[in-house]
Amino acid sequence: MDRRTTIKWVLAAAAAWPLRDRRAAGADSAPTARGYGTDPNLVVNYRPGELWPLTLAAAQRRLAGILADIIVPADDHSPSASAVGVVEFIDEWVSAPYPTHQRDRNVVLDGFAWLDAEAARRFGKGFSDLDASAQHGICDDICDESRATTERGTAAHFFALYRDLTAGGFYSTPAGRKDLNFIGNVPLARFEGPPPALLKALGLG
Amino acid sequence: MPFVTSKTQKSGYDVIVVGSGAAGGQSAYALCMDGAKVLMLEAGRKYSPETETPMFQTPDLAPLGAVSTPEKPFGFYDATVDGGWDVPGEPYVRASEEDAGRFEWWRARMLGGRTNHWGRISLRNGPYDFKPHSRDGLGIDWPIGYEDIAPYYDKVELLIGVYGSNEGLENTPNSPPGCLLPAPKPLVSDLLIAQRAKRLGVPVIPGHRAVLTQPLDFRGSPERLHPGNATAQRIIAEDMRNRAACIWATPCGRGCSIRANYQSTTVHLPPAQASGNLDIRTDAMVYEVTVGRDGRANGVSYVDRISGRQQHAAARVVILAASACESVRILLNSKNAQFPDGLANSSGKLGRYLMDTVGSSVGGQIPLLESLPPLNEDAASGDQMYVPWWLYQDQHAGRLGFARGYHIEFGGGKRMPGYGTAAGLEWLTGGSYGAKFKQDVRRYYGSFVYFDGRGEMIPNDQSFCEIDPKVKDKWGIPVLRFHWGWSEHELRQAAHMQRTFGDIIEAMGGRTHGAVQTDGAKAIAPGGSIIHEVGGAIMGSDPKTSVTNQWCQTWDVDNLFVTDGAVFASNADKNPTLTIMALAWRAADHILERMRRKEL
Repeated sequence: MDRRTTIKWVLAAAAAWPLRDRRAAGADSAPTARGYGTDPNLVVNYRPGELWPLTLAAAQRRLAGILADIIVPADDHSPSASAVGVVEFIDEWVSAPYPTHQRDRNVVLDGFAWLDAEAARRFGKGFSDLDASAQHGICDDICDESRATTERGTAAHFFALYRDLTAGGFYSTPAGRKDLNFIGNVPLARFEGPPPALLKALGLG
Repeated sequence: MPFVTSKTQKSGYDVIVVGSGAAGGQSAYALCMDGAKVLMLEAGRKYSPETETPMFQTPDLAPLGAVSTPEKPFGFYDATVDGGWDVPGEPYVRASEEDAGRFEWWRARMLGGRTNHWGRISLRNGPYDFKPHSRDGLGIDWPIGYEDIAPYYDKVELLIGVYGSNEGLENTPNSPPGCLLPAPKPLVSDLLIAQRAKRLGVPVIPGHRAVLTQPLDFRGSPERLHPGNATAQRIIAEDMRNRAACIWATPCGRGCSIRANYQSTTVHLPPAQASGNLDIRTDAMVYEVTVGRDGRANGVSYVDRISGRQQHAAARVVILAASACESVRILLNSKNAQFPDGLANSSGKLGRYLMDTVGSSVGGQIPLLESLPPLNEDAASGDQMYVPWWLYQDQHAGRLGFARGYHIEFGGGKRMPGYGTAAGLEWLTGGSYGAKFKQDVRRYYGSFVYFDGRGEMIPNDQSFCEIDPKVKDKWGIPVLRFHWGWSEHELRQAAHMQRTFGDIIEAMGGRTHGAVQTDGAKAIAPGGSIIHEVGGAIMGSDPKTSVTNQWCQTWDVDNLFVTDGAVFASNADKNPTLTIMALAWRAADHILERMRRKEL
C-alpha cells in the first residue's frame, strides 16, 4: 500500500464532533498519559493498558462489549468481537492521549450515554439490561448515518465510529484474519501470481 | 571503527558528507569505494534494520491496531524514527496557513533517513525532463541531458537492485541489458486495471521499484560498477551475496531486515563501511559550513544532540546531502561577513524554486473483485505495475490545458486485514451490523482499488524557503520559513488526474468512493505532503541564475557540493530518489577525479 493511503482513513475518521454534556459517569476526565513517543520499540508485543492506563469504568466496559457483539456477533466462521479482546482494544483507543483518539473518546462516551438515555426513554432501563430485540430496535434507528433522522444524527455518527472501532479491533486479530481467509504475511520462495484458472474465469487470462 | 564519537573522530578527512539517506549514502559509497576518507554526519540516531525491523508483526501486537498517530504518521510499524511533518523541538514556519499556500516539511531523524521507509519507486527521468524550458518554454533547463546521467542510472540500478521492464515508451527510458531485475507477477486487480485502462488508451506496464525479485548478479555487476578497482569489486561482490531476495511478505515501508530492498542503511552503508574508509557520527546536527579566509570550506559545525555541545569536523571537501530543505537551511545559516546572504548564494537563488510532486487520489470499489477465493496478494508490497505519462503528444500540441504530465500509482488486493479493512463501509452496506455486516466484510474485502496521481510541478517564484528572523529550534538554530503557491498547470493537472481515475474505475464496472473532484484546487494535495520536495539550490549553467554547476558543485565555493534533491532544476513526475542517487554518484566521480588532480 502506498504510504500515504494508510493515513487517509484516519483523517476521514477524525471528523469534527460537538462536545456535549451528557457524559457517562465514571470516565469523564480526559486521559493525561503520554503517548509511545517518536521512537518506540517496534519488535516487542504490546497489550492494551501497557502504554497508558485504560479508563473505561466497569459499566462502560459492559456496554462496550454488548454493543461490540451486536455489531460483530459469533457465527459459523468466527467468534464474537468481545471474545477476541475488542473491548480492551476500544478501551485502549478511547484512553489514548492523541487528539484523534480523544475526539473519538468524546464521541464514544456521549454515544454510550445516548444509548442509555434512549433505552430509559423507550423501555425504562439501561441499554445493557435490554433484551436483544430491544437493543436491535435502537441500533436500527442509528446504524446508517445517511438514513438517520436529524435528531438521531449525532447518535448515528457515534454508531458509525463504533462499528469502525469494533471491526478494526476484530479484523486485526488472528480470528479476524482467519474469518477473511487471509493467507499472506508468510515468507514465500517465489510469488507465482494468481492462479490461471481464476484469471480465465475473470476474463483476464 | 566505523561509528565514531567526539573522542574517536579524526582531526581531518578527505570529505565530510552531511546526511546518510539516498544522497549521503550514495555519495559516501562512491567516494569510499575509490579510497577517499569520509566522515558522515547524521542528525538522527544510529539505526540497525537487521534487528529493529518489525518484519511479520501483525496489527494486534501493536498499540491501537498499528494505526497512524502524530508520533508515527505512517502507522506504528513504519520504519521512521523521530520523524514526520512535525518533529518535536524542530519547528518551521509557514508563511501561509491557507491550503493553497501551505507547505509541510517531512523529516526523518535516523541513520539512512527516509530511505528506510520510502516507497522504493525508482523511475528514470527521460530526455524531456532535463530540458523542459527548451521543450515548452516553461520552467528551467538542467545543465545536463539524459545522456549525461544515463550511465549513472545504469550503475545505481545495478547496485541497489531495481525491478522493471523496458517498454520503449516516449520519455520513459529503457535500461541497458542486465540493469533491471524481472518485474513481479501482477495481482488480479493489477490485471483488471490494465485491461480496462487499455480500453481508454491508458498504458499499464510493470512498475520500477528497488526490490530484489531475485538475487543480485554478484559475479557480473561488480566489474560494471567499479571497472579496474579490484578491491571495490571484491567488497561489493561480497555484500551483494549477503542480500537476500524478496520473500514476498511484510510491507517495504517497515524496512527490510534481510536487505531485500533498497535503504541506505542496508545497501550503501555496509559496503562503504567494509572499505574501511567511512566513519559515521550519528546524533550530529550540522548547522553551519565553516569557511576559511581563502573563501573555501574547511569543515562543518554541528550540535552533538546527546551532550548539546557544539563541535567541529574538518575536511578538504564538504558535501551537503541533508535533504533539499535542510541543506538549504545549513547554507543560509552559514552566512558570514564574506557571504552575508548565506553561503553559495551570490545568485540570490538559494531557497528558490522549491518543488514537490502534484498528488491527487481516487478510490473505488469493484464488484468484479468481490468474493474472490483466498489469495496471497502481498506480492512486492505494491506497485507491481503503473501507468507512465501517456499524453505527451496531446500535451505538446496544447490540447490539455496544462503543460506537464503525471504517472499513476495504483493498488488493490487482499492486504493484511487491519483497522481500515471494514471501516467506513456504509456507502456500500447501507449501515449493516451483526451477521449481515460480517458477510458484507467478507464480500467486499479485497475489492477496493485506489489510484494516486504523481505529477510534475513547474518551479515558480512563489514557492521558496528562507530563514525565519525569529524562530529557532531547540538547539538555537534558526529555522526555515516556507512560502508556497501552485500555478494553473498543477491545478488543472490534478483535476485531470481525478477525471482519469474516475474513468478507469467506471471502465472496471466499479464505483468511486466519493465524487470525482473537478476543482483542481480541491483535488491537489498540499505542498510537501507527497514528500518529494526538491529544488532550493538548483544546478545550472550560469552562476547568476543557479547555485551549483552540473557537478553539484557550488559556484561560489569550489570545494562545497550539494548532492541531494536541492539541485533539481525541475521535478519530473518520476519519483526523485533514483535521480538523486545518480547525480550524487556522478558528483562523487567528479570530486575523486579532481582530488586525484590535486585540485581539491
